[in-house]
Amino acid sequence: MSESLSKEEAKILVDKYAEDAIRPMKNHKGFILWMGFLGLVLVIFAYAYFLQLRDGLSVTAMRDYVSWGLYIANFVFFVAASLVGMLISAVLGLLNQKWVKPITRVSEIIALGFVLIAGLVIITDMGRPDRFLNLFLHGRLQSPIVWDVTVIITYTAISTLLFLLPLIPDLAFIKRRMKDMPKWQYHIYNVLSLGWMGTAEQYKLLHKSIRMLSIIIVPVALSIHTVTSWLFASTLRSGWDTTIFGPYFVAGAFVAGAAAVIILMFILRSNYKLEDYFTDHHFDMMGRLLVLVSLLYAYFNINEFLVPAYKMRSGEAVHLYTLFQGAYAGLFWSVQIIGMGLPIIFMMFKEWRKPANLTFIAIIVLIAAFIKRIIIVVPTLLHPYLPIQNVPEKFHQYFPTWIEMAVTAGAFAMALIIITILLKVFPVIPMWELAEEKGITEEFEKQE
Amino acid sequence: MSDKKSKNNSRREFLKIGSLFGVGVAAAGAAAYSGFASQDGHGTSGETILSESEQKIKVLTEDGTLAEIKASELTPIKKDEYTDALQSQGREGIAGKHWAMVIDLSRCRNVRACMASCQNAHHLRDEQHHINVLRMQDDRNTEPYFMPKPCFHCDNPPCTKVCPVDATFKRQDGIVLIDNERCIGCRFCIAACPYSARVFNWFEPKDAEKDEELLYNVELNVPQKKGTVSKCLFSADRLREGKLPYCVSACPNGVYYFGDLNEDAVTNGTSGETVRFSELIRQNAGYTLMPELGTKPNVYYLPPKNRMFPFEFKGKTTLDDEHHG
Repeated sequence: MSESLSKEEAKILVDKYAEDAIRPMKNHKGFILWMGFLGLVLVIFAYAYFLQLRDGLSVTAMRDYVSWGLYIANFVFFVAASLVGMLISAVLGLLNQKWVKPITRVSEIIALGFVLIAGLVIITDMGRPDRFLNLFLHGRLQSPIVWDVTVIITYTAISTLLFLLPLIPDLAFIKRRMKDMPKWQYHIYNVLSLGWMGTAEQYKLLHKSIRMLSIIIVPVALSIHTVTSWLFASTLRSGWDTTIFGPYFVAGAFVAGAAAVIILMFILRSNYKLEDYFTDHHFDMMGRLLVLVSLLYAYFNINEFLVPAYKMRSGEAVHLYTLFQGAYAGLFWSVQIIGMGLPIIFMMFKEWRKPANLTFIAIIVLIAAFIKRIIIVVPTLLHPYLPIQNVPEKFHQYFPTWIEMAVTAGAFAMALIIITILLKVFPVIPMWELAEEKGITEEFEKQE
Repeated sequence: MSDKKSKNNSRREFLKIGSLFGVGVAAAGAAAYSGFASQDGHGTSGETILSESEQKIKVLTEDGTLAEIKASELTPIKKDEYTDALQSQGREGIAGKHWAMVIDLSRCRNVRACMASCQNAHHLRDEQHHINVLRMQDDRNTEPYFMPKPCFHCDNPPCTKVCPVDATFKRQDGIVLIDNERCIGCRFCIAACPYSARVFNWFEPKDAEKDEELLYNVELNVPQKKGTVSKCLFSADRLREGKLPYCVSACPNGVYYFGDLNEDAVTNGTSGETVRFSELIRQNAGYTLMPELGTKPNVYYLPPKNRMFPFEFKGKTTLDDEHHG
């Protein structure tokens, strides 16, 4: 896109960017209804969590054997979904994949929404949330939980910067452009645009810092999910005691994250007429990306299940029987076939990478990704080395209570509220980056 | 023979520890036993002691000796300080000891006196087991047998490694304890333990109301607290008094031996007979459970020879649902 545009064309284009970027921020159709719905979920969450605080974790279906359940699975899912920010804005950005530009902000918003709530999700699993500060007062560096807390805080910080820095020129632009905004909004833009003037030197600095952050975030993002996988892999239990968990979790996280981005792209595109930014081409490319990461994930799945299944060592055998033909077989095969195998095959056809079709697949993939986390957490705990005896029959199974489901739904509502608010307050189209691509930065900076 | 030696030794150790805290702990012990700590419901008796200054009063010291002290010399220490003292001695352990247990499976007949006395001592609910007698069957062609399973107090404990707040820890005498005033209830240790030795207080503990006034003793893990982990403690509180663990003393069948590996001596809880640990293990083909995991347990088993044949077991291996859980 290097053909130079005339002044007139450039002006029209900048006007179009401004209009398209501001539209989602102004068009509140359905906003109240949506937030009302999320608010209602939050109210139910608050009641459920109140009961849990009052009566302890006894209100969950977890007991001494299945001592981790839906909450931990949910935590893993949240960390997984937040990883996509790194994949798209850092990895693909550094690889100079120009097509990802309009998607970077969407992916960063998803990353922020999920990682901010991941920390809260883990608190819902604590028996003594009142002692949360002990993690800092008495933290032991030898514990993977402390590593997890450390890297998640770091990732949140870098993700926030990686979201805010590329916003600077756009916020300065919107500050000039959106005359009728409320005062608080103006203040936010004023503060966050950090006195941006649009000089060449500022652009240079901005590019440099974004590049640096993009590099730094790669190892940090890999760490958050690798360390999360070590919560399981660092134990001696069949099904968890494997060296492949780090990359296996990271690959699975890319699948979940890419699916989440596709869904959000589709919602933005159809709700706010952003077809020019989230084009069919973008869906096509995201479809290819999803195939790629799903194939990677499938490869790790084959290693994770086929190799131990070939040997059938005693402890592993019990675990694998549960998954292959026991109590979890239905879920396991649905997730593996409907949630991974079939999507890969379908998405290889161009027809299924069209926006609506791809979004349909992404929804299935995302649901499967959530269930997969439960399959990773629960069945292993149902089959310890020594028999489960002299406890009530119930200890042999696990099905989450309504309180666990409500608390989990509440976590999703919180993440969605953050995502919705970010989309309402900040322009989702990276205008200055698109302007730069078209060679009309000057026009973009000058226009009132 | 070595029983006596062991006793003397432990007495010396106790005195040494006692001297660390000096009069403070003795006084604290006295205070606790004379009611200062309101364990008997008379929370203010500490003040009464002070006013009758000339009177001599009897106190029970740390190591269980009954002594007399002038009431005027008695300074009750604050409840916090006393729990702190309990905490630090509990975290330190008993110097020079390396506690171990030997469980003779050939003698276990599933009486479960061990389980009962343990649950009673640690104020546990019916479904909470610090020690659990399991009905084991190694292979479809072998006869079943009963296997009591406490915590193995591993020398390479997978549970203490993962604790994010140092709430569960290993002491110098080899005992793995849990500090339920520190525990955040993440249950990582439960996930990490390959022997399922840990339980969680999902509910308000059984004796929560009754125990409200009790000072927390990390060596007994009483009072239990909602939202925290609990586990077998090798009855660290009893060891400090020079006594055998609750389960060991309760067994009518002589299943348990308990003692100090540094002395190479273990005492049978039923007969009181003390034998050489190394000989007992060597002559009876003693083993540890799942050594391939590398946890280095301090609980040894003697093989389940002379099993019941035919195996008779009328009981159930599950609790009824009325033991809500």
